Amino acid sequence: MKRPFELTVKEALELMEKGELTAKELVTSCLNRVRDMEPEINAFITICEDSALRKASQIDEARKKGEILGRLAGIPYTVKDVYNTEGIQTTAGSKILEGYISPYNATIIEKLDGQDAILIGKTNCDAFGFGSSTENSAYGVTRNPHDTERVPGGSSGGSGAAVSYGGGLFSIGEDTGGSIRCPASFCGIVGLKPTYGRVSRFGAIAYASSYDSVGPMTKDVYDNALILSVIAGKDSKDATSSPLPVPDYTLEMENTLKGKRIGIVKEYMNQGVDTQVKQAIDQAIEKFKGLGCEIAEVSLPYTEYAIAAYYLIGISEASSNLARMDGIRFGPISEGSDWQERYMNTRGENFGAEEKRRIILGTYALSEGYADKYYHKAQQVRALLKADMVKAFENVDILLTPTMPILPFKFGENSSDPLKMWLLDAFTVTINPVGVPALSVPCGKSESGLPIGMQLIGNHFSEELLYQFARNFEKA
Amino acid sequence: MQTGLYEPVIGLEIHIQSKTLSKMFCGCDARYFQSDPNTHTCPVCLGLPGALPVPNKAAINYCVKLAIALNCKINENTKFDRKNYFYPDLPKGFQISQYDSPIGHTGNMEIPSPSGNKTVRITRVHQEEDTGKSIHENGETYLDYNKSGVPLIEVVTEPDFNNKEDVTTFAKRLRQIVRYLDISNADMEKGEMRFELNISVKSSSTKELPNYKVEVKNIGSISVLEKVIELEIERQSEILESGQTPIQETRGLIDMSGKTASQRTKEAEAGYRYFPEPDIPLIELNKAYVERIKAEIIELPNEKLARYINKLNIDRDIAENIISDPETYQAFEQAISKIDNTIVPLFAKWYAVEYFSLDQAQKHNDFKLEWLTEIIKKVEQREITRTSGKEVLLASFTTGVMPDKIIEEKGLRVISDSNELESEAQRVLEGNPKAVSDYQKNPNVLMFLVGQVMKAMGGKADVKIVTEIVKSKLKSNG
Repeated sequence: MKRPFELTVKEALELMEKGELTAKELVTSCLNRVRDMEPEINAFITICEDSALRKASQIDEARKKGEILGRLAGIPYTVKDVYNTEGIQTTAGSKILEGYISPYNATIIEKLDGQDAILIGKTNCDAFGFGSSTENSAYGVTRNPHDTERVPGGSSGGSGAAVSYGGGLFSIGEDTGGSIRCPASFCGIVGLKPTYGRVSRFGAIAYASSYDSVGPMTKDVYDNALILSVIAGKDSKDATSSPLPVPDYTLEMENTLKGKRIGIVKEYMNQGVDTQVKQAIDQAIEKFKGLGCEIAEVSLPYTEYAIAAYYLIGISEASSNLARMDGIRFGPISEGSDWQERYMNTRGENFGAEEKRRIILGTYALSEGYADKYYHKAQQVRALLKADMVKAFENVDILLTPTMPILPFKFGENSSDPLKMWLLDAFTVTINPVGVPALSVPCGKSESGLPIGMQLIGNHFSEELLYQFARNFEKA
Repeated sequence: MQTGLYEPVIGLEIHIQSKTLSKMFCGCDARYFQSDPNTHTCPVCLGLPGALPVPNKAAINYCVKLAIALNCKINENTKFDRKNYFYPDLPKGFQISQYDSPIGHTGNMEIPSPSGNKTVRITRVHQEEDTGKSIHENGETYLDYNKSGVPLIEVVTEPDFNNKEDVTTFAKRLRQIVRYLDISNADMEKGEMRFELNISVKSSSTKELPNYKVEVKNIGSISVLEKVIELEIERQSEILESGQTPIQETRGLIDMSGKTASQRTKEAEAGYRYFPEPDIPLIELNKAYVERIKAEIIELPNEKLARYINKLNIDRDIAENIISDPETYQAFEQAISKIDNTIVPLFAKWYAVEYFSLDQAQKHNDFKLEWLTEIIKKVEQREITRTSGKEVLLASFTTGVMPDKIIEEKGLRVISDSNELESEAQRVLEGNPKAVSDYQKNPNVLMFLVGQVMKAMGGKADVKIVTEIVKSKLKSNG
């Protein structure tokens, strides 16, 4: 029998419903698991033991009294430390927010709280989401539970690792250019980057505002659909959130895939994909064929410009988004003879190398004489990427790619060469400028047992369809 | 120095705080005046991590309204942009403003000028947010973010002014317009309307614009604006006179005398690294919407002035006075709606001259402006003298008692009974034999004698009748 921390959300809900498990037992099991694993993994920046146990007891009490409970009552979860949590430290993985206690909750925290889910901690990440390995955190690296010599992916690496080892039953990650999908793939879990606007960004510390997507990281497809059903929807505090109605994403996922068309992106398979990853993808394609899907080759001709465009826009927005980190209203502040010097010292001493790199490059890309060449040119490419993608969906229902071209790598293997690191995100970063949803689903393991993930990409607001593909695949 | 050789080239940027209930991008109360520091704040206007801006529809409506009133073209697709710079009172490290698709552009405003009407071209009208406030005290700097995020409309003119009088006229007219539109109180003492001056000086003989520009920021009143212009013309002319070119720079006020000091050499516009605000979707201002806003616009100062002068036959100066602010013209129009057209010009004069000179703080609740009509009629029909008329107005105004009653109580009705006047005149003439005998040599004596009669009658006699009587008596005496 599974230990409580090993359960999926669905399983845990059923057991609690039947009275075979209490929220307190479940939360305690997860917290114990965290205590056991953290010395080695370091998935958490903050653990909320007291408040989690208190809330678990309240929920058990309420359940006993027969009160109506939320849809996720008693489910312990974590969030990437970019989400504002009232009264609990929020660092974004950076020293510049060390000790910052937010006075408000992100919308997703309010929504999950409203469904009686229990926050047990806040997870490690590359500072402000700047990275694909969680090596750029001011709070130490997170190790991959499948092989502690290797990275968990990033930037939501803490979330990926925590869900993978049972430190909470699900996590909310944040994906600007693969930051949910990469760690989902490297940690062997399911991670969704929803359509831009599907989930409110209010209270999510911004990396690149026009890319940032808030999504669930879960042990399986059903849980992912369930969490998205809870967190999605229009938010009056986020002008970019979509008013489209939110379906119950768990309802249609068992429907047959017969006659559905899957596109394989020609350009992606040419880009130095690891042979074991390619093998796993080929096997997945065969499996989909077995489920009645047709396979078609699709071309996205502007792919070769995607990474450059992604980064130019991303760092431009980031350079502006991080301007508010000035030490005046929150966060540590350094000494200086006047305000300008205090600014410079505060930012100089508390931003890490990757933050400085992106701020400097972004500032440059927006500067006089360069904005046309870089920022505006990148926006033109973005428009072409969108057109490319929309066109692809005229012929196929979804696109299938590897999530990451390589297996989880060892610490330091790529961090000495920032450009190489950026290039690893080739398949994931293309999605965010376009705004479509993409789901990373485990699709096999390497010879040495490392997880491999595939990425299913759908048209705007096609999350239901992505879950249908993923659930059928998972079941088969 | 011969000042006649030089003339200024002046453009204005005017910032106007809209009087919306809430701030531009959050729900905080925008009416912060005299509130304790940092009591009108939230994560959004404090620029806390993760907070997002949501545009205020009412503020956008106001901005569109002003743009239409200034004859601007409205951008059907407008958007917000980030203007990036560091300053402690700018919490996000950028101001949300508008860059290349402002709400309105390419408009104009007509202003009266001694040499006939003049057209000032409006470059753009855009929406942005105000910053917080730095308070420097005892060597410390304190920050108050109550003002942070208050909706701010920016109006930019072309460099179409060549004298300070036109600038003043323009500024006053613009203030009237926003008050007419009811989108701002534009109270300068509260900082609700502020000016930035772009000024350079050129030789009067050339048409070419100068190749430099001096910007003076944050001017909080029209009188200071005038002083700054005077001093800048002087300063820049002197530099030109010495064969040099003034440097392109930003200057700041030192004090209310209009003296300025260099703050920094002007950074290029792109130094702000403008780019589209990704947190706010594009905004569509379609034709139907613009028409709807347009329909809400009432008669504006220029149209009203023209109507007063041409249709109501009111003198220009009087008309200017009455249209100066909505309260004034509204009371006027309400009052004249009930009176005969022929008396309107006279009513206007009394209203703008006599009524305006009253201390409004002493106004009695029961006083009605229509009563002024009664007073004017009585004066016109010589039932009371003009002087009595003013006295009645003041008394009615402060006590709320109807003019008729006051005339009655005070016995102000003019004595036009000629018998009574005749005998009084006779008495005066008899009492002033010297004056009477001087009359042939000195006709001024007439006025002296009339004055004496009037005095004897307590000012309540019809001066014309008295004059006739005195005149005929002097003649018969002679």
